[in-house]
Amino acid sequence: MSSDVMAIKTAGASGKPWVETLHEWVTTVDHKRLGILYILFALIFLVIGGIEATIMRIQLMRPHNDFVSPQVFNRMFTMHGTTMIFFVAMPVLFGFANFLVPLMIGARDMAFPRLNAFSFWLTALGGFLLYFSFVGGSGLYGAGNAPDVGWWAYAPLTSRAFSPGHSTDYWTIALLISGFGSIGTSINIIATILCMRCPGMTLGRMPLLAWLNLVMSGMVLLAITPLSAAQLMLMVDRYLGGHFFDTQAGGSATLWMHFFWIFGHPEVYVLIIPCFAFVSEIVPVFSRKPIFGYPVMVGATVCIAFVSLSVWAHHMFTIGMNSYANAFFTITTMAVGVPTGIKIFNWLGTMWGGKLIFKTPMLFCIGFLFQFLIAGLTGIMLSAAPFNWQLSGSYFVVAHFHYVIVGGILFALFAAFYYWYPKITGRMLNESLGKLHFWLFLIGFHMTFDVMHIPGILGMPRRIYTYEPGRGWNTLNLIITIGTFIQGIATSVFAANLIFSYFKGPRAGNDPWDAWTLEWSVSSPPPEYNFASIPTVASRRPLWDRKHPEDPDSRYD
Amino acid sequence: MSAIASPIVQPPVDWRLPNRGKVAMACLIFAESAIFTIFVVAYLFYVGKSLSGPTPREVLETPIFFTICLLSSSLTIHLASRFLERGKRGAFLGLWFLTIVLGGLFMYGTALEWHRLMYEHGLTISTNLFGTTYYSLVGLHAFHVTAGLLMLSIVLPLGLAGRVGREQSVRVDVLSFYWHFVDAVWVVVFTVVYVLGR
Repeated sequence: MSSDVMAIKTAGASGKPWVETLHEWVTTVDHKRLGILYILFALIFLVIGGIEATIMRIQLMRPHNDFVSPQVFNRMFTMHGTTMIFFVAMPVLFGFANFLVPLMIGARDMAFPRLNAFSFWLTALGGFLLYFSFVGGSGLYGAGNAPDVGWWAYAPLTSRAFSPGHSTDYWTIALLISGFGSIGTSINIIATILCMRCPGMTLGRMPLLAWLNLVMSGMVLLAITPLSAAQLMLMVDRYLGGHFFDTQAGGSATLWMHFFWIFGHPEVYVLIIPCFAFVSEIVPVFSRKPIFGYPVMVGATVCIAFVSLSVWAHHMFTIGMNSYANAFFTITTMAVGVPTGIKIFNWLGTMWGGKLIFKTPMLFCIGFLFQFLIAGLTGIMLSAAPFNWQLSGSYFVVAHFHYVIVGGILFALFAAFYYWYPKITGRMLNESLGKLHFWLFLIGFHMTFDVMHIPGILGMPRRIYTYEPGRGWNTLNLIITIGTFIQGIATSVFAANLIFSYFKGPRAGNDPWDAWTLEWSVSSPPPEYNFASIPTVASRRPLWDRKHPEDPDSRYD
Repeated sequence: MSAIASPIVQPPVDWRLPNRGKVAMACLIFAESAIFTIFVVAYLFYVGKSLSGPTPREVLETPIFFTICLLSSSLTIHLASRFLERGKRGAFLGLWFLTIVLGGLFMYGTALEWHRLMYEHGLTISTNLFGTTYYSLVGLHAFHVTAGLLMLSIVLPLGLAGRVGREQSVRVDVLSFYWHFVDAVWVVVFTVVYVLGR
């Protein structure tokens, strides 16, 4: 009986049998519910991916450890990477985009609600298939279960000879299917933003979150599709005896690398651009100032999107390209730093002279700013081909991209959770638990990923199963592992906060942060139809105009 | 999008946004172009790299007639949607049917060519790199033609039942965008496979 009560409460509806509530959620086409489903789906996978990371860190805690077997270790790093990128980062960002974009542009739903539901369930099916490989991956061969080819699955490791059984096929199909889901959602986001804006919401008046998600979705169309194409080729190789990546028949393993990284690098920007969007919404509200340099922010984002499509081979300096290619990819990679730097200065410019309010969302945004800067600096280091030859494939690289993904993307995501949780659920997150979460996570993050640069410089290769004592890596690895546990505890605090505040948090009201974008004009949680009457806007900050009719922004437009 | 005036801001007089179907189709075409680009790059990369025969020069025959069929179907579908816009349903249906026939002829041509390659020259997808890239690229295109034909064929009985009128012309336009894209891709595939890749 208690589970019935839980289900009803989770749905925020009362007096309905839980089967009906479940049915409503499974068949929903409401963008807010699908957004929540995306986010919950991602949170579940965040826990799974986190456990996989912890298993790896326990294994590497001390030399000659045998906490897991080498085979299991290979599966863990493959599943950790694949899960975190495709089934945590992508869905959680799509979830926020789904929930927020229609509300922010004054629309009642996405352009294609059923396509939206279809895309979500494709992603969910992809995630299910990836993890079903633990059960079904060995097929009839009894050889290996989960995928163990690394998240970028270089040829010829993925050929039938080296990957018998079905584990690689589950990986391929999971990514192909969730990729189609991502393409569907991206088309939907673009169509929504271009075609569903409320009267007066010109492109120049859209919240930056909408702008950046528009750019992100455009990038998904160009970035995920090469991966889908490469996965189709891999399936032709594995099932039909094709030779795309079969070096024995004249095929090229390098071609897979190019195809993978043509996806892989823009993907980083697909993930970070929505995080820029969160920061661009949160920093102004907690600085009590409008965003500094709105047009430049939009321009810089579009610029990043373009340049990031031509940097992919900086992941491949060590395969031995010619010096022209090395120079080209070094220069383009360094060039991405320019528009990114513009953004950082714009956020600082927004904070400069503002009346800063250090609530949890703002703390996470400030953490994001510092850490993303450092991540960018190690990125510039790695973009120089000679430096890269020295450190490619080492823990320095692992530290660098975790600095981007955890220090940048995850911090911005946590900020987004604290900022929009009141809108999504109608309750505030607990501020003390939030601050505890922030400081614990900050300490854990820096213990893990600052220190991780050093064994990389000392020569510790990534994906290594274990190592000899006496190389100076022992203490460092122990500190890294302790940091991982602190991050784990911090995440548990966050999870506890999400659950506790859902039931006991203070009521949020429509607009707890005194913000300026349209989602705060409706009740929390918003009604199913979003807006009783479609709003009309005349400036970038429609709620400011409403709250200050004597001095509206529209006067200065 | 009917706007209800808010008490503070008057809605702009002329508020028009692009059609969502057309935008979505444009996005889909954008995404599909990227997929085809990767397959085309793979094809070009592997031209002349097969370790064994048969080679394109030995076995490929340029399908001029069937190419003309497919390309002219772009014209017929364009005229069909123009006629529908003006409410001439008979002409629309006739041209729509002709489009399906021309697309079907093209698929028949592909089937003939594949049959010839397999049974006369022993070229399959696993024979050599040429086979792998040729069947993948041409097959990917043929798959898109088939998907297009299916969608066109769904409209035909609806049209015969009198359900497709002027008010559906935007939707028919969206479908014709897709068909034009499939044709445009064939121009690229044709150039790559039958001209550059010989």
